[in-house]
Amino acid sequence: MKYVDEWREPAKARRYAEAIARVTTRPWTIMEICGGQTHSIVRYGIDRLLPEGVTLLHGPGCPVCVTPAGVIDAAVAIAARPDVTFCSFGDMLRVPGDGDSLLAAKARGADVRIVYSPLDAVALARARPERAVVFFAIGFETTAPATAMAVLQAEREQLDNFFLLVSHVLVPPAIETILGDPGNLVQGFLAAGHVCTVMGYAEYEPIARRFNIPIVVTGFEPIDLLQGLYLCIRQLEAGAAVVENQYSRVVRREGNVLAREALAKVFTVQAQQWRGMGEIAASGLGLAPAYKRFDALERFASGPAPRERPGECIAGELLRGRKKPCDCPAFGTRCTPEHPLGATMVSSEGVCAAYFRYRPRQAAERADGANPGRGAP
Amino acid sequence: MCLAVPGRILDTDGDDPLTRQGRVDFAGIVKQVNLAYVPQALAGQYVLVHAGLAIAVLDEQEALRTLACFTEENAEEGDA
Amino acid sequence: MSDSSFTAPACPLPAGASDIIELAHGGGGRLTCRLIDDIFRPAFGLAPDDFTHDGAELGIDGARLAFTTDSYVVRPLFFPGGDIGSLAVNGTVNDLAMCGAQPLYLSVGLILEEGLPIDDLRRVAASMRQAALAAGVRIVTGDTKVVERGKGDGLYVNTAGVGLLRAPRPIAPRRVRPGDTVILSGDIGRHGVAILAVREALGFETEITSDCAPLAAAVLDLIDGGVELHCLRDLTRGGLATGLIEIARDANVTIELDEDRIAVAEPVRGACEILGLDPLYVANEGRFVAVVPADHAERALAHLRRFDAQAAAIGRVIAPERASGVHLATLGGLRELDWLSGEQLPRIC
Repeated sequence: MKYVDEWREPAKARRYAEAIARVTTRPWTIMEICGGQTHSIVRYGIDRLLPEGVTLLHGPGCPVCVTPAGVIDAAVAIAARPDVTFCSFGDMLRVPGDGDSLLAAKARGADVRIVYSPLDAVALARARPERAVVFFAIGFETTAPATAMAVLQAEREQLDNFFLLVSHVLVPPAIETILGDPGNLVQGFLAAGHVCTVMGYAEYEPIARRFNIPIVVTGFEPIDLLQGLYLCIRQLEAGAAVVENQYSRVVRREGNVLAREALAKVFTVQAQQWRGMGEIAASGLGLAPAYKRFDALERFASGPAPRERPGECIAGELLRGRKKPCDCPAFGTRCTPEHPLGATMVSSEGVCAAYFRYRPRQAAERADGANPGRGAP
Repeated sequence: MCLAVPGRILDTDGDDPLTRQGRVDFAGIVKQVNLAYVPQALAGQYVLVHAGLAIAVLDEQEALRTLACFTEENAEEGDA
Repeated sequence: MSDSSFTAPACPLPAGASDIIELAHGGGGRLTCRLIDDIFRPAFGLAPDDFTHDGAELGIDGARLAFTTDSYVVRPLFFPGGDIGSLAVNGTVNDLAMCGAQPLYLSVGLILEEGLPIDDLRRVAASMRQAALAAGVRIVTGDTKVVERGKGDGLYVNTAGVGLLRAPRPIAPRRVRPGDTVILSGDIGRHGVAILAVREALGFETEITSDCAPLAAAVLDLIDGGVELHCLRDLTRGGLATGLIEIARDANVTIELDEDRIAVAEPVRGACEILGLDPLYVANEGRFVAVVPADHAERALAHLRRFDAQAAAIGRVIAPERASGVHLATLGGLRELDWLSGEQLPRIC
C-alpha cells in the first residue's frame, strides 16, 4: 500500500464512474469546497466522467485566493522593511493585493523567502537573531496547526525575533454562508478531507441537519473524488442528508485531538474578511491574547487594512457557486494568469487558473481569436 | 485547499511534545517531518504530512476497505 | 452571518501589470513568446520562421553553419550535478545540436559582481573547460565585465556558439507532419527539482542531481544512423510541456502524449508530490525530444538508448482539430496542456 497509486487506477475509476451513472436519475449540483480537489477534478477530467446533469461547483477553498487584498498589502509593506526576512508559502508570492505581489516586492529587493513549513521560518529566526523573521500564516484548518506549532516552539525558545502575519480561515462558516444565500444552488457538499483530518467532522453534522444537505468528507485522488460523489449522489437520490466519511483511511470523527488543542491554545475565533466574499462572522483565527507579542501587525503597525475595491472579477459569485469561470466575460481575454483580474485566476489552485491551464480550448473559444499568444490555427 | 502527502516513517527521534520528529520517505525523497501531532506514530507506518508536520497516521485497514467497497460485485449497494 | 446577500464581487485590478518586465517574461512561457512576437519580431524585421528554433542556420560561402546564443542566471551558482559553468557550455552546445549541427566553437561572456570570490570563478572556469572537453568544443573568445555589488547574483554567463550543420535536411517545426512520432531522450524533471531543493533549502535528505549534460553526441549519432529528423528541441525551462507546446504551435499540429510512457525518477516524482509541482513543466538541462517519421521511430530509439536506456516514444503528431496544441490523455478524456505562467512555485494547497 503506497496510499497514492491505488487511488489513481484508470480501470477502477471507470467502474466508479459507471456506479455513479447507475444511481443517478436526476440532475444534481454538488460543490467541492476545497481548491486541491478542484485541481484534481480538472487535472484528471473527473467532471467529464459524470452523467449529464450532474454539475460540480467549485467552492472558496483556495487559501491563497481568499486571503484579503488588504492583508497582502500589509505583507508587502512589512516585507519591504530592511530589518525583515519575510517567509511565505510559494503560491502566495504571485498574488497581488490592491498593489503589488510579494514576488514584485522581492524583485525590488525585499528579503522574501519561500518556505515549505512554518517551522522552517522558526529555524530561520533561531539562526538569524539579528533579523526580524515574519511568517505569512495563511490557510485553512489544515495549515493552522502548523502555525500553532511554530508559535509554541518560538514561545518555548523565547525567540523575540519571530512574528506572524495571520490570516487563517475556517471552512464551516463559509459553507453556512453559501447555503444561507437566497440564490444558493448547491444541493450536496464534498467536505475537504484534509481540513477534517484536523477538525474531524462532528461540526458538519448540525449543518447537514439544518440545511437538509448531504456532506461527504472526501479525499483528493481521482478515486476518492468519484467515491465521494457516488456517496453524495446516492444520498441525494434517497432524500438523505447526513455526514458521511469517504476518507476514512485518514479522517476520524474527532479529528486530530492534539492539533485541535494546539489551535484552541494559540488562536481565538474571530470575524474574518474573505477575498471576494466579504466579512463572515466567526470564520477566522487570530492570535490569542497570550500570543499577541508574535503578531506582525502589532509589531510593525501599518495602519488598518483597506477595504477591497469592486472590480470586473466575478470571483465572489464563483466562490459562492453561482457561476463558473466560463460564465465570466473576462475569462481568458482580459483576465489571464499573466494579468489576472482576481485571485481565482492568479493562484495556480484558483478555479479560473485551473480551468485556464487545463481547459485552454474553452478559454480560446472565449477569446474569439483575440488572444495572440495562443497560436490560432 | 491543502496539499498533504502520505509518506512512510523510516525512524523517529526524541519524545519532546513539540519537537518529536522522524525521517519520512515520500516515494524516494526523504525529509525530516515534525511528529508532535501524531505521538503514536511508529517507524514503518504511513503518515499524512502537510507543511512539514504529520497530521494523521494512515489506517491501512480502512484504506483496503474503501478501495474494495465499490468493486463490481457490490457497487449496486455501494455499502461501506 | 453578515453580508449574505453579497452582490459586489471584489477582486482588484493589479496595477500596471503589462507595461514593465516581470520575472515571467524570462520564464519561456507565454510572456516570453509575446516579447518575441510583439517587440523583437517587428523590431528586427524577422521572418516568420526566425526565432522559432534554438539557433539560426547560416549559409556562408557554401558552408552550412548553425549559430546560437544563450545567457545563464542560475542561482545557486553550484548545485548537485553541475554549476553555472557546465550549464552555460552544455546549454549552448545543446542549442547547436538541436539544429542538427556539430558544435565547434564557443564564446564566453562573463558579468561578475564585485565581491565574487576568485575561487568561485576559478571553479566555474575549470568546470567550463571540463564541459567543453566533454562536448568536443573549443572556447575561443570571451569578455569580462564587473558590476557593482548588489547589481548581479555573483556571476552571469553568456555563451554563443558556432557549429557545422550535419543534418542533410533542415530540422525545424515546419517539417513536423501528422503521423510523426515524438521521442523523449530520457527521464524528466531532475534539473528543476535539484535547483529548487538547494535554492529554497527544502531539507531533502535525498540528493537529486541535475541532468545537465551535452546532447550533441546523441544527435550526431541519430544523423549518422540515417534517422530522418523533423524537429529537435532540448527541454529547458518550462520543461517537456512547454517544449512540445512550442513545437505544436510553430508546426500548427496537435501532439497527443501518453503520460505513462514519460519517465520520471522516483525521487523527482516524490519531490513534485510534496511541492505540488507538475513534472511535465519542470526544467531539464540534458533531455530533448525528437520528432521523427513513424517508420524511423524504432531506429531512432535504438540509437538513443545507447545514450540513455529510458529513451521512449511518448506520443504522436496528428492534424490539428481546431487549434494546435498538446493533448494528454486523462481519466475523463483528453486534457489540453497550456503554457506555464512564470516559474512553478511550491504550492501549499
